[in-house]
Amino acid sequence: MMRAAYLVHRNALVYRRVWRGSAFSSFIQPILFLFAIGMGVGGMMGSAHSLPGGVSYAQFLAPGLLAAAAMQQAGFESSYPVLGKMTWFRNYEAITATPMGVHDLVIGELSWLALRLSSIATAFMIVMTVFDIPRSPLVLLTLPVVVLTGIAFAAPIMAYAATRKNSATFNVMFRFVLTPLFMFSGVFFPVSALPTALQRVAWGTPLFHGVELIRGLTLAAVPPTWPYHLGYLVCLAAVGIALAFRTFERRLNA
Amino acid sequence: MMAASPPSLIAARELTKRFGDFVAVNGITFDVHPGEAFGFLGPNGAGKTSTMRMIACASPVTSGELRVFGLEPRTQGRQIKARLGVVPQQDNLDNELTVRENLLMYARYFSIARTVAEERATALLEFVELVDRWNAQVETLSGGMKRRLTIARALVNEPDLILLDEPTTGLDPQARHIVWERLYQLKRRGATLLLTTHYMDEAERLCDRLVVMDKAQIVAEGSPRELIARYSTREVLELRFPDDVRANLDGRLATLGDRVDLLPDRVQVYTADGELTLQQVHALGIPLESALVRRATLEDVFLRLTGRALIE
Repeated sequence: MMRAAYLVHRNALVYRRVWRGSAFSSFIQPILFLFAIGMGVGGMMGSAHSLPGGVSYAQFLAPGLLAAAAMQQAGFESSYPVLGKMTWFRNYEAITATPMGVHDLVIGELSWLALRLSSIATAFMIVMTVFDIPRSPLVLLTLPVVVLTGIAFAAPIMAYAATRKNSATFNVMFRFVLTPLFMFSGVFFPVSALPTALQRVAWGTPLFHGVELIRGLTLAAVPPTWPYHLGYLVCLAAVGIALAFRTFERRLNA
Repeated sequence: MMAASPPSLIAARELTKRFGDFVAVNGITFDVHPGEAFGFLGPNGAGKTSTMRMIACASPVTSGELRVFGLEPRTQGRQIKARLGVVPQQDNLDNELTVRENLLMYARYFSIARTVAEERATALLEFVELVDRWNAQVETLSGGMKRRLTIARALVNEPDLILLDEPTTGLDPQARHIVWERLYQLKRRGATLLLTTHYMDEAERLCDRLVVMDKAQIVAEGSPRELIARYSTREVLELRFPDDVRANLDGRLATLGDRVDLLPDRVQVYTADGELTLQQVHALGIPLESALVRRATLEDVFLRLTGRALIE
């Protein structure tokens, strides 16, 4: 498994050249959301709302945006780039002609993503601290949860991307899966505001669990249901990784 | 206990590859010995690449037996790959890295120490004449340069066996010659080469020994010289006739040479002495458009063995 680090090295080498472009979408965008909606819309609402724990809207929104940023980063990094390395540029074929195995590829890509997610979480935590949003040092624990949330999305998406010959269905995934999750997983408003039926749906989807944990840790109000949220994300990540091992193997060793 | 050292670098017995109902390789048997340049010659779809992929541990063997360095690809793939250099049919360089980074990063995948990798990268860039492009992005290289870089990359682990799948397909004539020249240098240094090709001249130039593959099977095996001696004549007389003459030949050529093949665009007469046979054609008084006497090639061998041209 140490070999997975070589792929992290490779990705870091490439990232050194392109980081400026990716910094906007992965980091600056959620912060703009925080300003526009958290401060802007939140400011207009005043105290006319009833958010759990009596927090301000910006306080409520910020950790949700962090969870959503993890999902979006994971969704992007594990779709087009994986398809590219598998099909368009055949990097994986080249790499598996060496002692690097399929497991090294999957673990290497996910490790690199974990590093990217950690840097996003760190930067976001600093911004949140500047605006006095976190309510307890527990906020530091959001870092591993942000990574876990990202991996829970990335691993199954990566497994799927490895089966594709082109990117046609990725747009569908972004528009009809990730965007609705962004809207209805409790990022912008509590899931309890949804009709009961939709609340149940939310409980079945991954982003909701990431939002609940990250918000709970940031606002010192970890819900009693936390083992369920954590378990869900761990299971999804584990199943995703197992699937990715299989789809990568099928594609690269046929 | 150590097993006795294997007699062949590659030993294949009844090697078979199936994809569902499709049989890509049908029970082929061959050995590749250390230090030789061994070729798989055959048309597209003959099973060359599938064979190559099984040897490279990139495709599981369906049935039969395969040993590479005496090791079993299914269970010892990692050890085998550590000693292989692979030049795939389609370039798969890392487009997001520079020329030199491609070599250094590839060395990483083999767990080669940084300082060693740097020395090798410098020497290899010199070998493939890309020193002045060391810092270029791969995308900016020509097809021939990319192919040379791929060859350099395949040498970064100092492999005991180099696999080349169609090494010059898609290159212009000048680039092909440079690649051939570099491969010939490797051969002179004692490297073991295994290559697939559908180019006769490539096989004749580079291979000490080759197998001719057609429809998933080996149809002949030997050195280029042996194969030509066995399946062809020393010389071939190529004749082109005006259309009306061609339509009315009526077997008048049948007695000439050892054998006559009527091809769509020409007639080939296999003969020990082309000039003598040409005089006989003239003596028959048949009007000719053109006549050419040439040495027999593996193309003629392939035509003889399969009844088809290699590239159609």
